[in-house]
Amino acid sequence: MKQERPARTASTTPPTPTTQTVLRGRVGRFARRRTVVLVLAALIVIVLCVTLLVGQTIYSPGEVFRVILGENVPGATFTVGRLRLPRASLAVLAGLCFGLGGVTFQTMLRNPLASPDIIGISSGASAAAAFAIVTLGLGGTQVSIFAIVVGLAVALLIYTLSFKSGVAGTRLILIGIGIAAMLDSVTAYILSQAADWDLQAAQRWLTGSLNGPGWAQVVPVLVAVVVLSPVLLGQSRNLAVTQLGDDAASALGVRVDRTRLIVIATAVLLIAFATAAAGPIAFVAFLSGPIAARIVGPGASLLVPAALVGALLVLVADFIGQFALGTRLPVGVVTGVLGAPYLIYLIVRSNRSGGSL
Amino acid sequence: MTATVAPRISGAVLIRRSRRIRALGLLGALVVLAAVMVASVMIGSRDVGLGDVVAAFGGSADGFEQAAVVKRIPRTLLAVLAGAALGVSGAVMQGVTRNPLADPGILGVNMGASLAVVAGLAFFGLASPSLQIWVAIAGAAVTAVFVYTVGSLGRGGATPLKLALAGAATSAALVSFISAVVLGRNDIAGTVRSWQIGGVGGSTFASIEQVLPFLAIGFVVCLLSARGLNSLALGDDLAAGLGERVAVARGSAALGAVVLCGAATAVTGPIAFVGLVVPHACRLIVGVDHRWLIPFSALAGAILLTIADILGRIASRPGEVDVGIVTALIGAPFFIAIVRRRKIRAL
Repeated sequence: MKQERPARTASTTPPTPTTQTVLRGRVGRFARRRTVVLVLAALIVIVLCVTLLVGQTIYSPGEVFRVILGENVPGATFTVGRLRLPRASLAVLAGLCFGLGGVTFQTMLRNPLASPDIIGISSGASAAAAFAIVTLGLGGTQVSIFAIVVGLAVALLIYTLSFKSGVAGTRLILIGIGIAAMLDSVTAYILSQAADWDLQAAQRWLTGSLNGPGWAQVVPVLVAVVVLSPVLLGQSRNLAVTQLGDDAASALGVRVDRTRLIVIATAVLLIAFATAAAGPIAFVAFLSGPIAARIVGPGASLLVPAALVGALLVLVADFIGQFALGTRLPVGVVTGVLGAPYLIYLIVRSNRSGGSL
Repeated sequence: MTATVAPRISGAVLIRRSRRIRALGLLGALVVLAAVMVASVMIGSRDVGLGDVVAAFGGSADGFEQAAVVKRIPRTLLAVLAGAALGVSGAVMQGVTRNPLADPGILGVNMGASLAVVAGLAFFGLASPSLQIWVAIAGAAVTAVFVYTVGSLGRGGATPLKLALAGAATSAALVSFISAVVLGRNDIAGTVRSWQIGGVGGSTFASIEQVLPFLAIGFVVCLLSARGLNSLALGDDLAAGLGERVAVARGSAALGAVVLCGAATAVTGPIAFVGLVVPHACRLIVGVDHRWLIPFSALAGAILLTIADILGRIASRPGEVDVGIVTALIGAPFFIAIVRRRKIRAL
């Protein structure tokens, strides 16, 4: 075998061929993940700029930049500052939340189909938000708080119900499906009682929509992303180890139940904040993880790439929904229709291969 | 769970129940059904006395009460028929897939029927009720085949988990297709809403008349395939060894189940969990013999859906809660209980 150059990591002993292969593989995976993350971030920035510039009227980059700096530009201040900027920010933030929350559940339960939209987490937040707005007449931050409390309670309920000499992933998923069916029907009932609600507004709580958010809706999501994602990223190593199975993970020194609780709570909070602001944007939490897994390849942590994929998905889908088709469609309908075929393909593939991401 | 009772009713005893218990059960179910039907005619946003009910059945429609009774007769009939259809459909689906979580709602079959009708309405102006039933059955059939195929790919065949996930994911996909079709079309949004949430409120004698032949055919097919289902319960190999043509038995039973739930969905919209709850409850009374289980499921399904409809009318007077919502609220805890009772390996 031909002698290779030493690997980039400095080591005192000369590496054996085996460790060299392992190291090379690891370096290659990390390099690939870094490239993917950079490309995704660049794409998000580009699409973000396009959504700010393009609309019914097209503004020059200079005008948009001055608006962002806080100057008063006739026309652009309202259109860009009040309409497009909050909308685009919410798209990015909600996408980050859904992507991150979704991939966390999928990784933890070791099943790509076990995303928050299927196992009842999104349904809980969405039913709570619909109840808070339609029945209680709350608004803004109060809705977020309500959605979050209920979202956590629902997650706790699912967790408790599936607890029977330890939590089994399969049981948790099935119980989640049952809870989701209940909560969806609650949402449907709440919406059917609100006669003066038009279909567009109702759609927000059925599939998700970014229509007309103010900064009051955006800020809670921003805070959630800033505070919670570091917590989740800090657990990513433990999360990866729990993939080996509970026993192996405990043997490696990971406190499995504690990790699981922290991770679930954080992911649920992310999902609940985003859902309170934008509704359960269909399939974003579901698709981000598997798409990221496809791009990054095996072995690397998926949390950051999946979050970015989520943000990109929501941005692009919202742009398509607003301008590409004749009528304006809410973003959730676009992600739903685009996501459904991929979802079906994913079920087929994961059942064939036995269910990893 | 009482530990003293459990051993007595477990195992082989459940397979054959004595004729006396079954006959008593049948009689009891018929009595309950009759009582529930009368209650369904009496209870609503305005309660009606028994005298007015009798008068209304005599053909008179004087005053508010009797008019209300006349209005409630078709919806009660529809609840009975649709409940029976869904109950039988669930029992047969559980038999065909040998899967305790099979249900037309959970497997997404109802949503398939809904999407087919909604798409037909939106794109082809499909107004004729009888055509709608055909379209709904076609949609249900395609979805059933799809979900079962997807759920049985890979190792272990159609396990409850894989089947339930495939069903839940497929119905999530179908729901978003439905909303995409509906959103652009405000002209049909009102009509279409009834195919998003199941209900029996808008039923008429005409719509019942349309769907009746389909339901009758479905019932007959299901009853005829009961024997085959009993063999299938032993496993495909053993059933083949007993001389059963496995593919034929499974195909005809599935066809009957799909016709039933497709036709029911065409008039009521998607109603979940009736097909799940009813066969499980019936098995406790009559055991696992499908020749008894299917008629029993029909009766119990009719009772359950009628009661759910009454509850929906009581819950928010003077308005009403659609029966599809009520059944989900009753049925989902039941689903969870079934999941909790089973061992992890069996999922």
